[in-house]
Amino acid sequence: MPPFLVIARLTIQESSRRRLLLALLILTLLVVGFSAWGFNKITTVTRGDGTPLPPDQVALLTSQLLIVVTFMFSGVLALSAAVVAGPLISAEVESGLLLSILARPVRRSEVVIGKWLGLAALVAIYAAFAGSLELAAVDWATGYLPPHPVELLVYVAAEGLTLLSLGLLLSTRLSGITAGVIALVAWLMAWIAGVVGDIGTGLQNQALENVGVFSHLILPSDGLWRGAIYAMEPDTFIAAMRALGTAGRANPFAATDPPPASFLGWVVAWFAIALTLSILSFRRREI
Amino acid sequence: MALAERTEAAASYEVAAGTPAVRTVELTKRFGRTVALAGLSMTVPRGEVFGFLGPNGAGKTTAVKLLLGLLTPSSGEGWLLGKPLGDLGARRRIGYLPELFRYQAWLSASEVLALHCELAPLPRSSWKDEIGTVLETVGLSDRANDKIGTFSKGMQQRLGLGAALLGEPDLVFLDEPTSALDPVGRHDVREIIRGLAARGTAVFLNSHLLSEVEQVCDRVAVVDKGRVIASGTMDDLLSGTAVRVRVSGLVQADRNKLASFGRLDDEGDSLTFTSLAADRVPELVSSIVAMGGRIYEVAPRHQTLEDRFLQLLEDEEK
Repeated sequence: MPPFLVIARLTIQESSRRRLLLALLILTLLVVGFSAWGFNKITTVTRGDGTPLPPDQVALLTSQLLIVVTFMFSGVLALSAAVVAGPLISAEVESGLLLSILARPVRRSEVVIGKWLGLAALVAIYAAFAGSLELAAVDWATGYLPPHPVELLVYVAAEGLTLLSLGLLLSTRLSGITAGVIALVAWLMAWIAGVVGDIGTGLQNQALENVGVFSHLILPSDGLWRGAIYAMEPDTFIAAMRALGTAGRANPFAATDPPPASFLGWVVAWFAIALTLSILSFRRREI
Repeated sequence: MALAERTEAAASYEVAAGTPAVRTVELTKRFGRTVALAGLSMTVPRGEVFGFLGPNGAGKTTAVKLLLGLLTPSSGEGWLLGKPLGDLGARRRIGYLPELFRYQAWLSASEVLALHCELAPLPRSSWKDEIGTVLETVGLSDRANDKIGTFSKGMQQRLGLGAALLGEPDLVFLDEPTSALDPVGRHDVREIIRGLAARGTAVFLNSHLLSEVEQVCDRVAVVDKGRVIASGTMDDLLSGTAVRVRVSGLVQADRNKLASFGRLDDEGDSLTFTSLAADRVPELVSSIVAMGGRIYEVAPRHQTLEDRFLQLLEDEEK
């Protein structure tokens, strides 16, 4: 097995042995269980005259509540990725764990790629597993399934991967705590900058709008989150938001358009750049 | 074509096999304004046990990390087993026990060794025997399946030593290999080093435990403040004789005159002359008697590495 795959396997094995996967599994089952119960309650809600809500209103309510629940899921995934990636390299340098490994015929790039790959696999598997479970629970409780479930899972996973990549890059130079905290703050700032950009769109203020654009380029987590939102919205809701014009676009929990192809192309390039910078940075690091 | 490549590779290996285990030329490392290693030039022949001595902070660990490619030299060059520093091929035949030894707490001893077998890389068919042999060598056979998190520091150091021995390497770096071991463990390490030397493995031993080095090393270099202040075989370094004379009736002026016999350690009623040739002992005794001194005991002994080490550091201070 090539060294980068050995390192990737070791990263996955560590998460498993340290019971991180078990903790995430239990928490996910709890959240999905509670949210299924909550979603089920929507179907029992009645109007003032005692009649149940019509199906299109149930779908609208469910889609909006699903966006909030998914925001929490994607947040947990992004935070976990940042917190786990932050110390991924720095902690092993500080403890001396990497000394004996790097004295083997192993390139530093293989260590970086292996660790990224191992954690990326965990992020992707968790996004696919937890997301599918939540969607199945919502479908069971309300009969509502978002229009683009696969895209939704891909966007949520990709958002987690951006935080993982940023945390890993910082981890090649900074201590685990510092790297993790910076990645978390960057994620929140990117989200706020996205909201500022929305406000700029609503007010038709180019300067504010540019804040959103630049933040999506520097850290594409918020841009990917918007893609996830779009994948969850029913067509009727999108049409209604579009009808509102620029005001309809000024909402951090709504999206009137899918992410443009140019942005998705940039996301791929961003991952390549982040990984390359991580390799170059770690290669120059004195151990 | 493939045959030609194989022949070339074989020829290259044969050339490499005749080269020293370690060779450095003016290897230097600076951290900002601090010079951690200043122009290290040395050669460690194949199959020798080489002791790299020095006080704490002298630059010993920096030298090892430079040789293993963990640090980048500020200037100078070096070769391991005939290959330039950082060469991946050379690392296949090298073992390393770091001073800061730490292994995955969530793996068992066997799993850590299997990981190193895989990264070394050794043929999978040989792993079981390799792991069994090194666990036996370092005395951890009965803890093979226990998690490293339950190991004491000494046991972790033994495990690290075991990992360094996997695959019968041509060169082994041991950085303070007994720092966490009890006297029994230290004895075991000396036996392991002797075993490595017997099978032709070169050992680069970083240590400040002089008695340990004295017992196992063929050749030593003493480093202080980043510079090598002495090097050679053990016989070269310890050629002098130390003589302790118990005496009374000498005034200070007489004691000062006696310094002409060599470095004098004056402890009142006891004078110790280090690096004094054995054939000058009668002359020393005559001189003391001529000065009116009363001699109670003359005890010549061979200079120890500790005597020589302290003397070198003292000379360096001057």
